[in-house]
Amino acid sequence: MSGYIVRRLISMVLMLLLLTLVVFLLFNVLPTDPARLTCGKSCTPAVIAANRHNLGLDLPVWQQYWEYLKGIFVGRTYGSGTQTFTCDAPCLGYSFKRGEAVTTLIKEGFPATFWLATGAFIMWISVGVSVGIYAALRRGKWQDKTVMGISLIGYSLPSFFIGLVLLFFVVLRWGVLPYPSYVSPFENPIQFLQTMILPWIVLAILYAAFYMRLTRNQMLDTLGEDYIRTARAKGLQERVVIRKHALRAGLTPIVTAAGLDLAGLLGGAIITESIFSLPGLGTLVVSSVNDADLSLLVGITLVTATFIIVANLIVDLLYAVIDPRVRLI
Amino acid sequence: MSTSTSGGASGAFVDVRDLRVEFPTEDGLVRAVDGVSFTVERGKTLAIVGESGSGKSVTSQAIMGLHNRKTTNIAGQVILDGQDLIAMSDEGVRKLRGQKMAMIFQDPLSSLHPFYTVGKQLVEAVRVHQDVSKDAARTQSIEMLERVGIPNPDRRIDDYPHQLSGGMRQRVMIAMALLNSPSLLIADEPTTALDVTVQAQILQLLQDLQRDFNTAIIIITHDLGVVADVADEVVVMYGGRLVEHGSVNDIFHRPEMPYTLGLLASMPRLDKGRADRLDPIPGLPPSLIRLPAGCVFRPRCTFHDRVPGSLCDTVRPDLVTTGPGHEVRCHLPGEERRAIAAERLGARFEESAS
Repeated sequence: MSGYIVRRLISMVLMLLLLTLVVFLLFNVLPTDPARLTCGKSCTPAVIAANRHNLGLDLPVWQQYWEYLKGIFVGRTYGSGTQTFTCDAPCLGYSFKRGEAVTTLIKEGFPATFWLATGAFIMWISVGVSVGIYAALRRGKWQDKTVMGISLIGYSLPSFFIGLVLLFFVVLRWGVLPYPSYVSPFENPIQFLQTMILPWIVLAILYAAFYMRLTRNQMLDTLGEDYIRTARAKGLQERVVIRKHALRAGLTPIVTAAGLDLAGLLGGAIITESIFSLPGLGTLVVSSVNDADLSLLVGITLVTATFIIVANLIVDLLYAVIDPRVRLI
Repeated sequence: MSTSTSGGASGAFVDVRDLRVEFPTEDGLVRAVDGVSFTVERGKTLAIVGESGSGKSVTSQAIMGLHNRKTTNIAGQVILDGQDLIAMSDEGVRKLRGQKMAMIFQDPLSSLHPFYTVGKQLVEAVRVHQDVSKDAARTQSIEMLERVGIPNPDRRIDDYPHQLSGGMRQRVMIAMALLNSPSLLIADEPTTALDVTVQAQILQLLQDLQRDFNTAIIIITHDLGVVADVADEVVVMYGGRLVEHGSVNDIFHRPEMPYTLGLLASMPRLDKGRADRLDPIPGLPPSLIRLPAGCVFRPRCTFHDRVPGSLCDTVRPDLVTTGPGHEVRCHLPGEERRAIAAERLGARFEESAS
């Protein structure tokens, strides 16, 4: 098992390296010249050239990549003379547009995204899974059909639509909640909750709808298994058959899906964050795209991909704990 | 056979009377079992034989009360030791399941829960019906594993099902079924998923345990070899109906229903030459939603032209008694049936005449 983990960690590092390469090259072939973006309209070629040199953009691509990699592990220094900027490890680049290290920007944006993702995660898992189980146990009856209908609606409504509708009625029309303005939960928990409740709901609706279906189908598959019939043939009470035998096996695949979905969301929920102007990674992605801020975009992409790769490993390890048939070798 | 109202009047330990099981579906009513009756005594083995979809597994699950009664129509009587299980509450039947009657299934790997050790599953089976501590249940389980021939049962008990071989798994299933000393054991194709040498061991084990526990066994199979090995009595089912019922000798040496003849003729035999091809029954089993009018076997029967008129096409044949304990559902006249059997199974008759 420990050998397996070591091997998985090594392959994870290789995968991340490959990822940095692909992302780096991809953004390098884009037709925008980062140096051109560093100064405004009244820009002389000389300034651009100087900036290009300061940012290391005059080096060959492979050398830029090497500098970039080095920056992640040991940090790097941009510019020369009086105009230097030190970017500490892990340095994911320097946003000349914002005059700030990418790592710093991501660190600032992460808390809002983290709270949004985890809050919504708790909501959608608890609602989606329990409602899914309920529907499976009442398969084919009106309760099941209602749940599946609601899930279809929830699944088909785009989050920007639900978000805007909620914002319009709850905040603007009825004034039930103040206009969302993000604060840290440690600073002002009330305002935090008032701000987050709508984004949580919007994000949770989409995922809960999906998890209802997923859970229902998993449960129905499991309830049709031979070992459920064996459990009944033993004379177990239906309650025990469901709780001990069906849930254990039926919910295992949900763990995989949940882990990956949460990791994906930690990279930013672009639409939800934008609607409620939460200062998270999703909002950062949108503005970096608008500004053609490549280094910031590369940084966020890498962070998001890292979350997913790490979550994948965790989910695999967790699976081995849950399912004794999975042997990690 | 009288149609007395009080359960167990016939005295048989298991008495299935006119059992009907129907599943309403969107395509129509599936008549999976239609008026099946038989009895089994303690210490005896009844085999239910038939092709896939003949209703044999549905029959066995109806006896165990494993069908969801809200979505299944079940009628008739299943009398176990004087109690009618069909008239009983769900909770009442549940308490008998695993205790007075137990069941083992075709595929032991998929029938055991993959996430729990063998021990956990056995201990659970003990503790549903007996008020004992976990340790006591574990001791009982280890003893039972030893009894069914599992080596090192005190270590094997902590294995997961996937760590055992197919034969071992089926032994675990048998151990689980026998933990509460049931007086009726239903085995649904218990050897189909196993290889041949293991099949023989499992059948031997079932017979040994039957002797020790004086269990009534109902074995569901499509393997006539298994029937010849273990059965005392045989029920042949076709299209949800009982088409022939008799002692194992009746079925193998004096079969009268053309379907039974077909089953026997399609059985591979070592004493036949390689040139002799197997003789399969033409056609497919009928859809249980739209059964043919008249005899359900008529579309596949090669002897219907020997029945006068269009009886086979229009009238459902009744079950007629043709010998002591031997019943047949066929329109052919008795002498005609026996003549056909002699003609089709001539060689077999000569051999076994002695």
